[in-house]
Parts: sequence; C-alpha cells; structure tokens
Amino acid sequence: MKSGTVERPARPAKASEPEWQLRLYVAGATSKSVAALANLQRMCEEHLAGRYEIEVIDLLVNPKLAAGDQILAVPTLVRKFPEPIRKIIGDLSSEERVLVGLDIKPVAR
Amino acid sequence: MKQSTKKAPRSDASAAPGDIGAAVSKAQSGIDGLDEITAGGLPRGRPSLVIGGPGCGKTMFAAEFIVQGATRFGEPGVFMMFEETADELVANVRSLGFDLDRLVRDGKVAIDYVRVERAEIEETGQYDLEGLFIRLAHAVESVGAKRVALDTLEALFSGLSDHAVLRAELRRLFRWLKDRGLTAVITAERAAETLTRYGLEEYVADCVILLDHRVVDQVSTRRLRVVKYRGSPHGTNEYPFLIGPRGIVVLPITSLTLDHDAPLERLPTGIGELDAMLAGEGFFRNSAVLISGSPGTGKSSVVARIAEAACERGERVLIFSYEESSNQLIRNMRSIAIDLERWTKKGLLRIHSSRPTLQGLEQHLVQMYEAVRQFQPSLVVVDPISNLTMHTDDAGLKPMLMRLIDFMKKSDITGVYTNLVGNEGATLAETQLGVSSLMDVWLMLSNVAVEGERTRALQIIKSRGMPHSNLVREFVFSDRGVEIVDVFLDAGRPLTGRRRVGAQAANAARRPPSAQVARRRKA
Repeated sequence: MKSGTVERPARPAKASEPEWQLRLYVAGATSKSVAALANLQRMCEEHLAGRYEIEVIDLLVNPKLAAGDQILAVPTLVRKFPEPIRKIIGDLSSEERVLVGLDIKPVAR
Repeated sequence: MKQSTKKAPRSDASAAPGDIGAAVSKAQSGIDGLDEITAGGLPRGRPSLVIGGPGCGKTMFAAEFIVQGATRFGEPGVFMMFEETADELVANVRSLGFDLDRLVRDGKVAIDYVRVERAEIEETGQYDLEGLFIRLAHAVESVGAKRVALDTLEALFSGLSDHAVLRAELRRLFRWLKDRGLTAVITAERAAETLTRYGLEEYVADCVILLDHRVVDQVSTRRLRVVKYRGSPHGTNEYPFLIGPRGIVVLPITSLTLDHDAPLERLPTGIGELDAMLAGEGFFRNSAVLISGSPGTGKSSVVARIAEAACERGERVLIFSYEESSNQLIRNMRSIAIDLERWTKKGLLRIHSSRPTLQGLEQHLVQMYEAVRQFQPSLVVVDPISNLTMHTDDAGLKPMLMRLIDFMKKSDITGVYTNLVGNEGATLAETQLGVSSLMDVWLMLSNVAVEGERTRALQIIKSRGMPHSNLVREFVFSDRGVEIVDVFLDAGRPLTGRRRVGAQAANAARRPPSAQVARRRKA
C-alpha cells in the first residue's frame, strides 16, 4: 500500500470530482489496514460504483496529516464529501455499520 | 523497575517497594514550592499523574510544567490536550503571564489539540490508537521535546467505546513515554472511590499528585498532596497552593530552613525612648517584631511612627492594613502628627488595604509576596495579623505566619506585626495566636487604669539578642507623635497620667531633691 495513492474506480466518473470522496488513514501495512482497505473497496464497488474516490494516507509517511482530520485511531475512514464529515474507525469488517456510518443507501442486489 | 532489598522512604502504604531513592533522577517542575516538597521535582523520564476535580488547576499545573521546562530548564515540551482547544489554552495560560504563542513560534513548545467526539465516530472492527502515537511522536520530534503533558487523557474514554482496546493502548502509551525518556504529566479527573475515574493510577505509578479545592468557612483553599512518589522521599502533608499571577505557588512549610542572616545592624524605631529601651538603638534589622495589645492601646499608631521614621531615613516601607483603608489610616495618623501621605507621594511608602475575609490565608500570603517583590521595601508592617483569619484558632494561621516571617527574613526585610489581643484577662500565651515564639521582639501595649484614669503602657516582653528595659513605661500620643514619657518616681513609685503631670508640675515649682527624673531625651 502506497501512501497518498488515489484509487480511482475502473470507470471514470462523469463529473470531474467524484460524488463520494473517502480518505482512509492507516499506519503502515498492518493486517487491520489491509483488511480495512479491502473491505472499503469491495463496498464501494458494490454500492458506489463509479461515484467514489478513495485516498489512502499512511501516517507513518505523513505524520503531519493526522492532526488535520483529528485522527486518533487507525484505521480511520473519513468521509470528506458529501458533507458533513463522518468518521469510521476500525477495520470496516461490518458492512452494515459502514454503510450506516457513511450514510450510503445500499443498492438492491 | 529493579527489585532491591532496600526500601525507599515512602509514606504511602500502597506504594510498591523496590526503587532505590538515589537512583531517581528528577526534572524540576519549576512550580514554586513543588520542587521543594518533592526534593527536586518530578521523576525524570517517567510519567506523573496529576489528579483533581474540576477547577482544581490540573491544566494550569500541566501548562506550567511545560512552560517552565521550555523557558527555564531548556527542555522543550509537547502539550497535548483533549478538552481545550489550542486557542483556549493559550488564552487561559496568558493570565499566568505565560506566552505560549511565542514558545510555539520559537519552536520550544508544540501544542496539539486532540478532539474526540463520540457522535462523529462510528466504530466497526478492530483498531488501535496508532494515530495518537504518531501525532505525539511527530510533535515530540518537531521540537525535540523532553517533556510531555497530556490533558486530560481520560477524555478518550468517553470518546471511544472499546475500553479494552483503549486500556491496552494506554498501557502501551505510558511504556512508550518511558522508553523515550520523556518526563510526562498526565492529568486525570478525581473519582469518589478510586483515585481517578478510569483507574489511570494503575498505569502511572511513579508519581501521583492530588490537587484539591476545598471551601472552609466560605473561604476556598487549593491544596496539593504528593500521594505517592516511587523511589523518592517527599513531603506527605497537604500543602496549600494557589494559582497566582505568575503561575502556581505551592506553600511548603517543612522545607523552610533556618539559615537566614543575622545582621548586627539596627533599625531605629523613631521613638527615641523606645530605642533606648532596646539597648539604645532599636530592633535588629531583619528581625520579626510583634506588637500586641487590646483594642485602643495604640498599636497602629506605634507602627505608623516606626514606618514614618523609616521613611524619614529614606527607606522603603510597605504597610498591609487589614482594618483601615489607606485614606483612613493617613487621616487618623495625621491627628498625632504622623504624616504618611508625604511618604506615599514620595513613593517611599505603600499602603495595601484589603478586607481580610476577601481571601484565604494563602492568597493573602501570595499577595504579600507579590507586593514585597514588586516594592522591595526594607520594612514591612502587617496590621494586624490577628485579622487575617476570621477565627483566631485557625490552624493555618501559624504556618502561614511562619512562612511570612521566613520570607521576610530571607528577603532582608524587618517585619513588624501587630496583634489584637482579646481581653486583658486572658493569659499572654493564649492570646498570641501561638506566634510569639516565632518573633524576635515582642512589645506589649496595654491600658492601665489607675485611680479613675486610663493610661497607655508599653513593655518589652522579649527582645532576642540584646539587653532591654524591663520597665513598664507610659506613652502618650500628642501632636508630636508617639512619645514614651520619662519615668517619674514619687517616693520610689512611678506615677502615671494626671498624677504624674501634676506631680511634675509641682516638682518643677519646688524642685524637691527626692523626685528623680530618669532622663534620656531623644537624640
């Protein structure tokens, strides 16, 4: 996992800025971070396909960025947009809670 | 922690034995008085826990620890807070004269505000607090910190629901601090049953300081107690402390040493005959003088004369007046030809008037310290000490006076203290607030009623280190100030008041050889 990498969805978004801007703070490639990113990508693809952007920030590389978003726990997922800012901490293992936390309406399967 | 057969001196039975006293290196807190109680400061390279209820001064304690470290001891610091924002902290400590902004600009202090808002955070799955560690490590590196303050770490408990993780992480945090040799102050809320609400004392066991804020007889006093200091002897009492204009001041009593100078130089009293009674020259400088008497015996007038005389010699005098306002004192003294206003205008005399009930004893003391430091007098008058507390049996008065007297002596200041004595029937020892033993000189003023007339009398009960008169002398107030009148003996017995005046007049007319006049006029 590289720091500051922006993972764009396979299909480009219609607008220049994606509707959902998510930021995932991690500290190195720990099992929790890897799990969190995998969980997040899976959920986004399922429910927000084409409408999201995930930025991964590794605090071990950029410790300064921790204060800006008031990061305390890792992994922390921050919903930058749409506002208001929401935070979810943990490895995002519960899809239901993540969706509630991000306020995402699940697409019907 | 090394195990050893030798037990460190300690007061707290719950403290684990083990550490060797001498092995504990200390970091001066810079907090006035605290370093004396703890024999040098907080344990260096270890976390200390500061516990107190709301409004006890925990944040101020932590802030002063950081500021003093950065400004006085060349130890940069990190202040990480969980409750106040950086701006609020900067504003709050500015009231103590600390310029945190500047220290931050100069790269001596780093401030990080950690906001924990439960409502904003959803938890799902496993996490740790590495983010907090990274922020702390970043702040520590950015200024090369030797000190860390965490205020109030417990806020995390209300922000995060997984307390098991939190506890594990806190344990890791304290280990982390120790491993880096950071001297840390961690503040915590006091709880009813355990020391802290979330049991932080389990993790921070090296030094625990308890702050307390108590109201007794409607006067509030802050107190500090070192509950535990592993591996170091420490004062075990409760010590009053205040948050004064220059930070926290802890008032230790047991650390006071009796090592001040004893100059031979004298301080004339300005009352010629009184000087004569005191081996001809007056008090020793830097001594503590008690002037006691019942109401109306002239205590204030006598000290006003002593003050005026010092001003006449060009000395600086500070009067703490707890009964009369400055204007009232000036007006009243003018009636006996003591012009204090002249000297206040010249800047040689300063009068501090306040109601004694305004503050607790400790606040009074600190106010006195401040006033003395600012004005740099050579003579300080406290009129009266008995009025500093509403209760003469206040257990705090004697230690407070002891501190005051010691402070004066160390600052090369002569202190003159008046003491109101209740009734004439009470024995001497009872009525002196137990402070007479602290005093070097004790003058007692009294009213003597003889044949339907009351006259004022003065006697020297003690005057350490000099021969002094044992006579009870009559003194009067006149338009020439305070005067001790000559002893007038009639057939071997001293006469006072009208009888003396009459006899003197008759004597002047007759000049009988039997009447003697012990003469020692003013120089």
